[in-house]
Amino acid sequence: MRDFSWIRAEPHGIHVTPCNAWVDPARPVETALVTHGHADHARGGHGKVYATAETLAIMGLRYGVEAEGIPVPLRESVDLGGGVTATYFPAGHVLGSAQILLEHAGERVVITGDYKRRPDPTCPPFEVVPCDIFITEATFGLPVFRHPPITEEIAKLLTALEQRPEGCVAVGAYALGKAQRVIAELRAAGHDAPIYIHGALEGMCALYEDHGIPLGELRPATGADKEEMKGRIVVCPPSALNDRWSRRLPDPVTAMASGWMRIRQRARQRNVELPLIISDHADWAELTDTISEVNPQESWITHGREEALLRWCQLNQRRARALAMVGYEDEDD
Amino acid sequence: MQAFAHLIDRLTYTSSRNAKLALIADYLRTTPDPDRGWAMAALTGELDFPAVKAATVRRLMMERVDPTLYALSRDYVGDTAETVSLLWPDPPVEPPPPPSLDEVVAILSAMTRANVAGELPKLLDRLDANARYALIKLATGAMRIGVSARLAKTAFAQAFDVPVEEVEEYWHGITAPYPDLFAWAAKGEAPPDLDSVPLFRPFMLAHPLEETELDLTEYAAEWKWDGIRVQLVHVAGETRLYSRSGDDISHTFPEMTDALPFPAVLDGELLVRGAHQGGEEGGAASFNALQQRLGRKTVSKKMLAEAPAFVRLYDVLLADGEDLRELGWQQRRAALESLMDRLDPDRFDISSLIEAEDFAALSAIREKARDDAIEGVMLKRRDSPYVAGRRTGLWYKWKRDPLLIDCVLMYAQRGSGKRSSFYSDFTFGCWNGDPDKGAELLPVGKAYFGFTDEELKWLDRHVRQNTVNRFGPVRETDKSLVLEIAFDSVHASKRHKSGLAMRFPRIHRIRKDKPAHEADRIEALQALVRD
Repeated sequence: MRDFSWIRAEPHGIHVTPCNAWVDPARPVETALVTHGHADHARGGHGKVYATAETLAIMGLRYGVEAEGIPVPLRESVDLGGGVTATYFPAGHVLGSAQILLEHAGERVVITGDYKRRPDPTCPPFEVVPCDIFITEATFGLPVFRHPPITEEIAKLLTALEQRPEGCVAVGAYALGKAQRVIAELRAAGHDAPIYIHGALEGMCALYEDHGIPLGELRPATGADKEEMKGRIVVCPPSALNDRWSRRLPDPVTAMASGWMRIRQRARQRNVELPLIISDHADWAELTDTISEVNPQESWITHGREEALLRWCQLNQRRARALAMVGYEDEDD
Repeated sequence: MQAFAHLIDRLTYTSSRNAKLALIADYLRTTPDPDRGWAMAALTGELDFPAVKAATVRRLMMERVDPTLYALSRDYVGDTAETVSLLWPDPPVEPPPPPSLDEVVAILSAMTRANVAGELPKLLDRLDANARYALIKLATGAMRIGVSARLAKTAFAQAFDVPVEEVEEYWHGITAPYPDLFAWAAKGEAPPDLDSVPLFRPFMLAHPLEETELDLTEYAAEWKWDGIRVQLVHVAGETRLYSRSGDDISHTFPEMTDALPFPAVLDGELLVRGAHQGGEEGGAASFNALQQRLGRKTVSKKMLAEAPAFVRLYDVLLADGEDLRELGWQQRRAALESLMDRLDPDRFDISSLIEAEDFAALSAIREKARDDAIEGVMLKRRDSPYVAGRRTGLWYKWKRDPLLIDCVLMYAQRGSGKRSSFYSDFTFGCWNGDPDKGAELLPVGKAYFGFTDEELKWLDRHVRQNTVNRFGPVRETDKSLVLEIAFDSVHASKRHKSGLAMRFPRIHRIRKDKPAHEADRIEALQALVRD
């Protein structure tokens, strides 16, 4: 009889009781299994951290080396003790992002962390992993979210740049993942001019390059001359767009790369003039198609707009429940 | 349609007035007739497609998506048109190419209640999400993109380098898609001929008086009456009645269109008879009584007999073919007084001036104005010409101070538009007895403004952290927060459980310091009713 009592959803993380390990815990624990490097999933102060080598490198950059990091190669099982094994599979979210398959007593549970199904030049694509319980995110879990192809959004960005030879386009993008993906996609679209970046992106861009993801010529925007940034793309964290920092830019068009840009009022609330619907999360079709493909006995929904995804599961005769998790944020993606 | 949708899209994300003007002007210059004329009509709110209602659009959507998923989406997005534009499924087969704006207007105009359910989806299928949004906004008549009719006309003037005052004057005599107006502005042809048309002239408006004292030798004072501002226009044997926004409301008040027998343009306050305003001198009923007559397409004989309308005149713009607008107020007032003999006293009286020795005396008179339930005092520069809009230094309105009451926050709902992620619609109540002896709160009103952006953030957080119950999009709070509510007046109402309806309620202050049981009781509010 399957009971899954070995895995428990607590408000601050998913607890794997036989080995006393936590998945993406919101507070410091002895043993943490981390899906990816975003701050709301990878927090500092843990004893031991199991994560991909890339994620450990990202955490090292953000928190310094404090935890005992145990690199987990993709698709190789790790024994966590207590009869639990963990296997990491790509999640397609950002560099190093992984889903975690946990197995115990013949039961299989997959925790997606954050994921997407669209191609991304900065990380390997999501893999469907069969399981009994599928623990999924639902950041964009409403049917209004349909992310357009990224090529369309990159084309919009390049058109705006052409129309503004005497100014620049300032793109607000999350410092880990989104910024590098936007830059890599611009390069793929043939844009080979220097791209100016905010100081907060420098370390992460260098780390991506060290992991074999070429980003072309990047120059620091801080300290750059107004004149030389004319007709250029500047990438910065979203918070810098409406900050005094942006005053150094020559007549910027304010753009933001985020899945939320699908909603007009969301863009307006942030004074965005050029919304770019670019997301590192699954949209509605990706979320629902993935549940259908994985075809678990039960889906657990960690964070986001869980009510709508629950409703979809109900309409499609799928067992599901929402976990009341704290600490996951989605504002900037 | 794509160009229009693109314009709407760009306007949505543009906050600077100048940038908006430039976008619209550029569109008007580069778009052919008649599309650009229809776009002007859409921006100025002159299009009406009675067969297409927001409810129709919603219903068509519900046939295509699970109602719960629709409701969750609508609640999140905060706007029906946008929700539908995003949720509308791609058609199963390749649709015909997108229509032009002219074609869209023609299709929408031809729709009837009987065929809208079949025709509208076909149109939506031909458009992408952006154009669907523009289409629904256009069809249901609420663009809400931060572009007023005035701004659109200014952009028109800017596009073709013509005076905006002339554009405004011509505007009310012509109909969409305004071929004559474009021929005049864009091609330098003769202006539209409007001599025989009962034109609406834009109203002269007042600034609020703020902490300044005026010299009453320079300014005349008169009452500001609590009705609706109207303009009566008589040309070539025909009389029209226009509301403040320039809407023709003649059919709602037929008794007034028969009452002006000579060519003139008069400015005044529309009121209905009753013993409420103006004391024994045959005054007017409360605004509440007037409201019973507003917005009706037809008027019953009973209504005409029970609540007859009349206009209390403030000003005269044209009389007997003469344009008086350039004259000073004092001269126009004299002209108006001389006209009164020729007007039916049942339908017209003149707004009397307030005799006050000086500003302090006027202030004292105004203090007492509450009893007469009038809105406040107007101050008009004696030499002011009649100019459209709100010109600094000429006219001031000095409203009476608002009434205040302490209420308890009961429910909150997320707002629309820019406030779609904030709990910003607040329902508040008063106690129906002694709260320490088990009295309950009864809702007395709803307000969604009056607070600063900072206060809104605070209120939003308060609602999220103190929710005890959810009913769809509505949250019930723990009823711990006292809000000081300002309002203009309160009336008896059968629609509300408390039996009271406030006029113009707004959140005046957040009383974090005051415990909920010390908020006001219903009796306190009842005592302020002046019906």
